[in-house]
Amino acid sequence: MPFIDLNLQQLQSKLAGGEFSSRELTRAYLDRINATGGSLNSFITICEESAMAAAEAADIRRKKGDAAPLTGIPLAVKDIFNTEGIRTTAGSRILENYVAPYDATAVARLKEQGAVLLGKLNMDEFAMGSSNENSAAGPCRNPWDPSKVPGGSSGGSAAAVAARQAVATLGTDTGGSIRQPAGHCGVVGLKPTYGRVSRYGVIAYASSLDQVGPLARTVGDCALLLQAVAGYDPADSTSVDTPVPDYSAALGEDVRGLKIGLPKEYFIDGLDADVKQAVETAVAVYRDLGAEIVEVSLPHTDYAVACYYLVATAEASSNLARYDGVRYGRRIDNGSGLIDMYCSSRAEGFGDEVKRRIMLGTYALSSGYYDAYYLRAQKVRTLIRDDFNKAFDQVDLLLTPVSPTPAFKLGEKVNDPLQMYLSDIFTIPVNLAGTCAMSVPCGFSGQNLPIGLQLIGRPFGEETLLRAGHAYQQVTEWHLQKAKI
Amino acid sequence: MSMTREQVAHVARLARLDLADNELDRLAADMDAILSYVDKLNELDIDGIEPTAHAVPMENAFREDRVRPSIGTEKALVNAPAADDSCFLVPKVIE
Repeated sequence: MPFIDLNLQQLQSKLAGGEFSSRELTRAYLDRINATGGSLNSFITICEESAMAAAEAADIRRKKGDAAPLTGIPLAVKDIFNTEGIRTTAGSRILENYVAPYDATAVARLKEQGAVLLGKLNMDEFAMGSSNENSAAGPCRNPWDPSKVPGGSSGGSAAAVAARQAVATLGTDTGGSIRQPAGHCGVVGLKPTYGRVSRYGVIAYASSLDQVGPLARTVGDCALLLQAVAGYDPADSTSVDTPVPDYSAALGEDVRGLKIGLPKEYFIDGLDADVKQAVETAVAVYRDLGAEIVEVSLPHTDYAVACYYLVATAEASSNLARYDGVRYGRRIDNGSGLIDMYCSSRAEGFGDEVKRRIMLGTYALSSGYYDAYYLRAQKVRTLIRDDFNKAFDQVDLLLTPVSPTPAFKLGEKVNDPLQMYLSDIFTIPVNLAGTCAMSVPCGFSGQNLPIGLQLIGRPFGEETLLRAGHAYQQVTEWHLQKAKI
Repeated sequence: MSMTREQVAHVARLARLDLADNELDRLAADMDAILSYVDKLNELDIDGIEPTAHAVPMENAFREDRVRPSIGTEKALVNAPAADDSCFLVPKVIE
């Protein structure tokens, strides 16, 4: 079996058993990226030299008997994570030459274990998008059908895993940006509870919603990667100081007696027929495994997208004020003074969707509109969070589709921002509630495009998500299907 | 509700974005569509509901005010579009 078909758990045992070296493994992945990365446009930066050097260091570390779980494992991260000495663009022209002076905590934790960083993955600019079409590096494509989007904003993170260009990756999820592309590319994507993983060194979009998480082909691999990056970080005051459980230990338990709720608001008329059927089949699998299935209600679901596009854009307009052409990033100076320099640098540096969101957010926060928009949205956010709290009084998990449709065509929604926003209708509420959720492959459409199911857990209930996702993958083979690329 | 080009231009000034007239017109149309969609939030009765700024309840995170190592001036200036030995350089502010 070629290296690239092995999952992370298998790579760990083969590296430990000396069947191959990290150098051989890393070389195989780099060759795979070079052969297939161009047509997919999944990577913004490929770190050939530093990856081979890290692989060599990992082999030496292993020989000394000092290997950590991820020593020598080739991974890749979304280009939103700061990486010392390696360019970090966030998919934006305004940061096209930015080289961070430090590593994001999540990256530092991977490096401490001796993981190998293959490169930086394509994404929607500043994580704003659902199709990876808003990237200064050009769109990323779906490995299952290059005429379709991979989803976004972590499109590269999902496409690279599906195309076997990395065994696992890190992405970020503000309104579905890990789960939606994972669903569209047929891989597993986990958005942890807000505060579970440090956001330090992750370029900010909407700070009360952003969260770091893993993507991989199996639930077990996601558990391994989450284990490496989760935990309190003094450098992120919103990271939560609660103990990190042994996530892999959760995988052994079955789902007998687990109470799974189906929120009726997620099984609506607009749901694609193939998606509906795949998710209903998955529900039957859980019933056969001994889970108890009940209907629940999240009555404010229909307000989540509207709420999100006020809260997220308001936070974005504030976060992106830092791109002023002074400390880093592009500067356009026409010689007409400081304010003009700010305005020109930002206008030239940002893409259309980023401008649209900055404008919306600025408007929602501006004098006279704050109460009507931003404050009202924050109150609706309370109602949405309460919906989840009430549902979790009755059930252990929620099961829903990830997206209303499989991956759509490139260009299909570019000129209709509202339609693009509505494609995240099932993932957005989770970020507003701050809880954890995971996308797991559960079938294919008539056009052979992957379909994902979403499991939603209680805050800090990642173990239950992993347990239920793993049990599903033990009796299904959707995650073993391979895109022809 | 319909946004005028002047209103959009005002928001653009607040956001420090230098936008051309055709961009302002396109944004006016986009913002109209999005704002009329978010108006659905007005259907809800929010009397007495507390706003949520953060989903995870949190106290203020205090730490000791201590001098610690930082990245240093040289590294901090590496990405600056214009700098001298110890400062970021900006266009003249005061005439």
